[in-house]
Formats: sequence, C-alpha cells, structure tokens
Amino acid sequence: MIRLEEYVPIVGQSVIDDLKLIAARLKGKTIQHINSTSVGGGVAEILNRMVPLLQELGVDTRWDLIKGGEQFFEVTKKFHNALHGYSSEITKKDFEIFLETNQRNINEINTSGDIVFVHDPQPIALVKKKRDNKWIWRCHVDVSNPDEKVWSFLMDYIARYDSAVFSAPSFSRRLPIRQFLISPSIDPLSDKNKELPQDIVDAVLLKYKIPQDKPIITQISRFDRLKDPLGVIEAYQEVKKHIDCRLVLAGGGAADDPEGAMIFTQVMEKTKNDKDIHILLLAQNDIEINALQRASTVIIQKSIREGFGLTVAEALWKAKPVVASNVGGIPLQIKHKYSGLLCHSVTGAAFAIKQLLNSPVYAMKLGENGREHIRNNFLITRHLRDYILLFLSLYYPEDIVHLG
Amino acid sequence: MIPLLKAKEPFRFYTRLHLSELTGLRATTLVQLVQLIKEVPGSCVYHHTHRFLQQHQFLSPEPPNDFAYWVSEILSEKELGERLASIDIMQFSRIHDLREKIILVIEEYLKEERFAQLKFAREGEEFHFIKSVSFVIPTNYLVDNLADFVEIMKKITFDSIYFHIFEARLRLEKKTNDFSFWIEHSLEDKELADKLADLDPYTRTLDDLRAAIINIIDKRFSNR
Repeated sequence: MIRLEEYVPIVGQSVIDDLKLIAARLKGKTIQHINSTSVGGGVAEILNRMVPLLQELGVDTRWDLIKGGEQFFEVTKKFHNALHGYSSEITKKDFEIFLETNQRNINEINTSGDIVFVHDPQPIALVKKKRDNKWIWRCHVDVSNPDEKVWSFLMDYIARYDSAVFSAPSFSRRLPIRQFLISPSIDPLSDKNKELPQDIVDAVLLKYKIPQDKPIITQISRFDRLKDPLGVIEAYQEVKKHIDCRLVLAGGGAADDPEGAMIFTQVMEKTKNDKDIHILLLAQNDIEINALQRASTVIIQKSIREGFGLTVAEALWKAKPVVASNVGGIPLQIKHKYSGLLCHSVTGAAFAIKQLLNSPVYAMKLGENGREHIRNNFLITRHLRDYILLFLSLYYPEDIVHLG
Repeated sequence: MIPLLKAKEPFRFYTRLHLSELTGLRATTLVQLVQLIKEVPGSCVYHHTHRFLQQHQFLSPEPPNDFAYWVSEILSEKELGERLASIDIMQFSRIHDLREKIILVIEEYLKEERFAQLKFAREGEEFHFIKSVSFVIPTNYLVDNLADFVEIMKKITFDSIYFHIFEARLRLEKKTNDFSFWIEHSLEDKELADKLADLDPYTRTLDDLRAAIINIIDKRFSNR
C-alpha cells in the first residue's frame, strides 16, 4: 500500500504537513463513502486510492457499495445519458426500478457515519435515511445541460443534502444548499501514472502488435458514445491524408455501463479496412494503459460530454501533448495553447493534431507545462486536501474559517 | 550573514487553504457581468482576482485575473481585458475598493464602446461566479530571528506565502503584508520591512516571489 511519505518527492514535505494539520481537525468524525461500484470508472478509481490515504491521515473513513441488478444499472445509464442532455425514453417503470433498488439499499446499509458522502445519482435517494448527521452529494457527471425531467426528479433528493460537490463551474446551478467545486485527481504513484521503464512500454506495444514506426495518436476511453470514438476515427482519417500515423483506441467497460458493447461494434465496423488503427478492448490493466499513453506522440480526448476527463490529467502528467474537447472539466486542465490544445469539432481536432505532429518542439513545451499544471492542481494530494476542507466546511458556515 | 537578533515577538507561520464554493450565478454579457460583480460577496471578487495567480503560478506571463481573461478571450474585448488586467491591486487595501474600481472600469468602457454590450458568450463559456472559503491554520513553524525566518521561507508552501502576502493585505484588510509587519514591529527594521512591503506580488509567480523575499533579506545583510 502506498504511504503518504512517498508523495513527498513529488509535491514536497510541506504539502503533506498541511494535510496532517487539517486532518487532525476531523478527529472523532467518521466519514462514510457510498457509491455503486468498486471497479471501473473514475469514481471507484479515486476512492480506491483516497480511502486508505484518509485512513493513514487518521480520518476514520469507510466505503460502502449499494447493490443493484442489471435493470437498475440500465436505468442509471439512462439517467447518466439524460443528465448529459441526451433525452432517452425514461418511463414511470424506470423511476420505480430506481426507487425500489434505493429502498432496498436504505434498508440494508447502515448510514451512521458522521458524514455520509454519496457519489453520483445511483445511491442518491439514500438521503431519505438522513438523521442528524451530515450528508454530501458528489456529482461526477456533466450536468450543465441536463434533461429536466431527470434533473427535477433528482432535485427532490439533492435538496435534502447539506452540500453538493461538482467537478466544474459550468455544472453548477442555483441550488438551495451549499455547493462546492472540487476537481477529481490522479495518483502519480498508481500503476496507471507511475514512471515506466522503456522495456515495459515496448513489451506492451509488442503484445498488441503496434509498431513504433510512425507517430501514434491515442485515445484512452471506455467505448461510450459520449467519448465520441467515431469522431476520433474521423479526425485521424483527416490527419492521415497528410501525415502517416497510427491510431490507438483503447479502453474497457465499467460494471455499470451496459451500452458499451454496441458502440464497440460500430467502431470495429468503421475501422476494419485500416491496419494502422488499433482497437484494444482492455480488461482493467493500468500498467498497459500507462505504457500506451507513454508510447503515444499525441493523446486525444474528443469527448462530447465529460464529467471531468481524468485521462487528460493522466496524459499531461506524462508530459504528453494533448488535444481535447472544450467540455466539462477539460478546460480546467488545459489552458489553450499553454498546456494543450482545445477543440470543438472533428476538423478542429484534426487540425490541432496536425499542428502538434508537425511542431514537436511546441508539442513538447505544451506537454511540460501540462505536467506542472497537473502537479499543482490535479494530484491526489490536492484532492485529499479539498475533501478534508469540505468535511470541515459542514461545521463552519462562514467564508473565513480560523482554525486556531 | 543574517543576524540572529532575537525578535520581541516570535513569528508564527500560518497556512491558508481554500475551498471553492459555487454560487450558481453566471454572466453571458458585460452588462450581466458588471451587475453581478456589484451583488456578489467580497469573497467572490477576491476569488476571481487571485485564483489565477495561484492555480497557474508556473505560467508566465499570465492573465492576472479571471475577469480580464474572460473579457479578452471569450468576449474578445481585448482593450477592456487589458484595462482590467492592469488594475494595480496593490493600491487597494479593501476588497470593497477593488470591486468599485473593477465596476468603474467596465462601466466606463461600456459608455465608450456601445457595441460591447451586444457581445455574448457562447453556451458553455459563460462567466461562473465562485467564492473562496478560506481556512486559516497555524503551522508548526515558529521563528524568533531572521536567519530562521529565511530557512522556513525556503520550505513553506505556496499557500502559506499566499496567506501572509495576499490574503493578509487585502482580504483580511491589513495595511501591509505579515512579513513586513513582523520585521518592522518585532525586529524594528523599518528599512527592510518597507522593502518587502514595496514588492509587487501580482507581477510574479509565487516561486519568484519566494526567491525575491529571500533575496531582499540576504542582500540587506550581505554587506555588513
């Protein structure tokens, strides 16, 4: 297990000292995280790292999962799409399935933590069980333009929480409760982000039969239409007219994402005649993802909607030049022309990729700036700090809090 | 050689950690922007005139405040952006006065450039008002002479420097920064205190600021 001290060479001793100072203020409080899956997707990934570190800081932290069947996750996938502004047919029956599963979990999960920290819409209705403890709802999805029917359904529950947390300012709306901006983070010591020797990178490319004979453009994402893999292929095809290169599309699926298989089939169909396109349906293998990112010349994240886009932070941490859509939390990570290039369309993405492939010095500078920006703002140590402050804010309503 | 002269009162380094609170308020035009600047809490004005410095402290040159950045990059009102960016924040010791100045600059511009009020941000590029919630916490670093002060200066966080330089002056409405105040009153070295007080922290990265403070103290005693 990774210890806090191991972060000192990356962020400095004083950052770790600050964490200890504020964590001590939570002595005697129990924090209880609740979400729907322990593997796959950004939320589980963050909690897997965050919970042990909070415990090491002396913050009594536990993590519970709700249980739900296939039907429940189909409904929550519909909710997910609807919150991203894609209206799908959500029936009365769907809402009933959602509430039945939540009710079962209300009956089964002990929510006696001093602070109950609920992640995403799946367990949102658990707040019905709120007593005199504090409850936080953490929204990881882009709700800047949600389907009003689903949003209004969720609002009945959101209003019962003490605070809500969003990943980007554009997701905020007028709410009757306090709401905070906390960006997610990456762990620089995780298998996905730690330094890798070149022979491991080479071995992974060999395994997947990806020659390193020409520039490699990569998107690492679940096969999900909101990640726009088909748009990435079109951008690559546009670039390929002028610059010989390869495209790697790699990703897995999360336990709560039944739609992925269909998108994967469409991707395979669209790329079957190009041997320079490598489609990799990966099981959870962080070292391999890490190696693919490190082997890439340019990394792309052409999402249509994005909760935050942790793959951008991962790529920037590896000092890679990144082309990414100007959506969700991505503009917080990339300052256009300083730490990467933002795009709004397939042609814009293609143009930006061409710029980076043709100007390696410029591309390198963007990557270096990106790495420093991630070091200062998007590593797990900053995330830990924000969460501890968030917990403290539940007990201090003022704008300037003196912890003497 | 920095003297080990003992201070009348020791200096406790504090750190200030902030949490960003969303307000749900957003502007799409200059008229909306100035209206909301008039209404939002002071902690919002503070956030948008100081956040960029800290988050992008490694980038130089950098836009010094969010209002200037949004006006220039999103509304393409470069001249107004320049006027907002060049407001001398050092001359204000109260957020209230800084807010009034920002409002004045925008309203004057709107009078001069009537078409400016017709510009609007695209969906997704609105100006979102955020406020800073500050947690002020004493660290374990306590010094009673300048030599130790410099040693601690080399290792404290940006947050700590930020608190003693920016937050102390403007948000907590002290007339000078904490370092100058201590040096003047506890070490009775007004000349050095004035030199540190004259530093313009808004035109440097935080790393440069740290180096500049150490350098001024070193220089002061290098010829003795």
